[in-house]
Amino acid sequence: MWKWFHQLASPPHFYRISAILAPWLAIPGTILIAYGAWQGLFVVPMDYQQGDAFRIIYVHVPSAYLSMMAYMIMATSGAIGLIWRIKLAHAVGAAAAPIGAGFTFLALCTGSIWGKPMWGTWWEWGDPRMMSELILLFLYFGYMALRSSIDDTTKADKASAVLALVGIVNVVIVHFSVEWWSSLHQGQTVFKKGTMDADMRIPLFIMLIGFTMVFGSMLLRRIRTEVLYRERRTRWVREMILSPEGGV
Amino acid sequence: MNENHTIEAQRENPGIFSGLAATTKRDLLLAWKRPGDVLNPLFFFAMVCTLFPLAVGPSAEQLEFSGPGVLWVAALLATLLSLNSLFISDFEDGSLDQFLVSPQPLPVLVLGKTLAHWLTSGLPLVFVSPILAITYRMPLSVVGVMMLTLALGTISLSLLGSIGAALTVGLHRGTALLSLLILPLAMPIMILGANAVSLAASNDIYSTGIWALGAYAIASLSLAPYATAAALRISNE
Repeated sequence: MWKWFHQLASPPHFYRISAILAPWLAIPGTILIAYGAWQGLFVVPMDYQQGDAFRIIYVHVPSAYLSMMAYMIMATSGAIGLIWRIKLAHAVGAAAAPIGAGFTFLALCTGSIWGKPMWGTWWEWGDPRMMSELILLFLYFGYMALRSSIDDTTKADKASAVLALVGIVNVVIVHFSVEWWSSLHQGQTVFKKGTMDADMRIPLFIMLIGFTMVFGSMLLRRIRTEVLYRERRTRWVREMILSPEGGV
Repeated sequence: MNENHTIEAQRENPGIFSGLAATTKRDLLLAWKRPGDVLNPLFFFAMVCTLFPLAVGPSAEQLEFSGPGVLWVAALLATLLSLNSLFISDFEDGSLDQFLVSPQPLPVLVLGKTLAHWLTSGLPLVFVSPILAITYRMPLSVVGVMMLTLALGTISLSLLGSIGAALTVGLHRGTALLSLLILPLAMPIMILGANAVSLAASNDIYSTGIWALGAYAIASLSLAPYATAAALRISNE
């Protein structure tokens, strides 16, 4: 088991394994999303309070969940990279950040589209979840900006890992301070989450699993590109490119 | 003989606090020789506070209502402005390399520098803020609360900002980058501080914000120097 784990940290080995793994995540994930979307949009009955507008949760909830998951992955891989000096871990962080920022943006957009019929406004400054998500987006921007402004890859890896770790400690404080703040300023515009009916919940679970799998395959593909770029001067990359298969 | 021995031992192995005191003293002396570095953020603070009534109008209720928020935002921006130069001159003249190879623990030296930074940026802000608060028609009882929140909040801001300053030291686009890195992390401090003052102004219970700011200051006092030290080592590889 440990041998397998150690092998995974070696870039050529990872490159080979991930080529096999990525389609196994992408194809079932896409099928699950297609099925979940069909269920959520056409089969599930209308909500008696929110009408058809609630159907956006089938995109909103998975993207909000992945926006936080990607940050966790970024910070964890940063810690692994700093502590055990595994280069591949830093490549994971570099690959996860833009995907995470994308999902955060998607969560904010779908949230505000949902907010329009529910609250009558595109943007509600008083909602703590929207504020936390917005600050998360800024944290992603900071991480990517720091990474792109340091030319030396090793240095950029370590510096951004430190930033991601400082950020993860702060995310919790941001969350609670925003919650406290909105409890001072906000009445009851944030609707209470009721319990969901089972036939509404099952498509959501399917969407969550499908989104996670597609996210995994996107992450793997980005890490592969990152690995290839970082290892561009090594022998295994050169041999692979020159081999008859042409580096697949 | 014995006395000589202890003096010798002290000279060879000075305590942690001698490093802390030496760095703080050095930075205070530097600030004393270049008073502009201390005064400019203060002028900036006063100017941001002046801009606001000009932009939204001078009506008394409006100023009273928005005073705490404006003062806090201005303080946050002024601190950011001064943070930019925290490690720059040390980086340029090579003192930073001396810090890195020094037998003294780096987090302690960093703490000394941050302490000096707070004494020359945070503390002056605390003492200048009442003048501006009074122009915003803040009652005197609230001014005291505001000074307390600013004192506690700027400690955290200096410490948190030192991490960002260490990460961006030596980068060309450092200034804008530092704000981008630090502002989202500093938001809780401003939320807690500004809202505690607002609550005090409306005769509400404001202690939650004060306690939380104190907790934040203690937590960053114990954690931030390590992160800053790690960031400095990375930036100077």
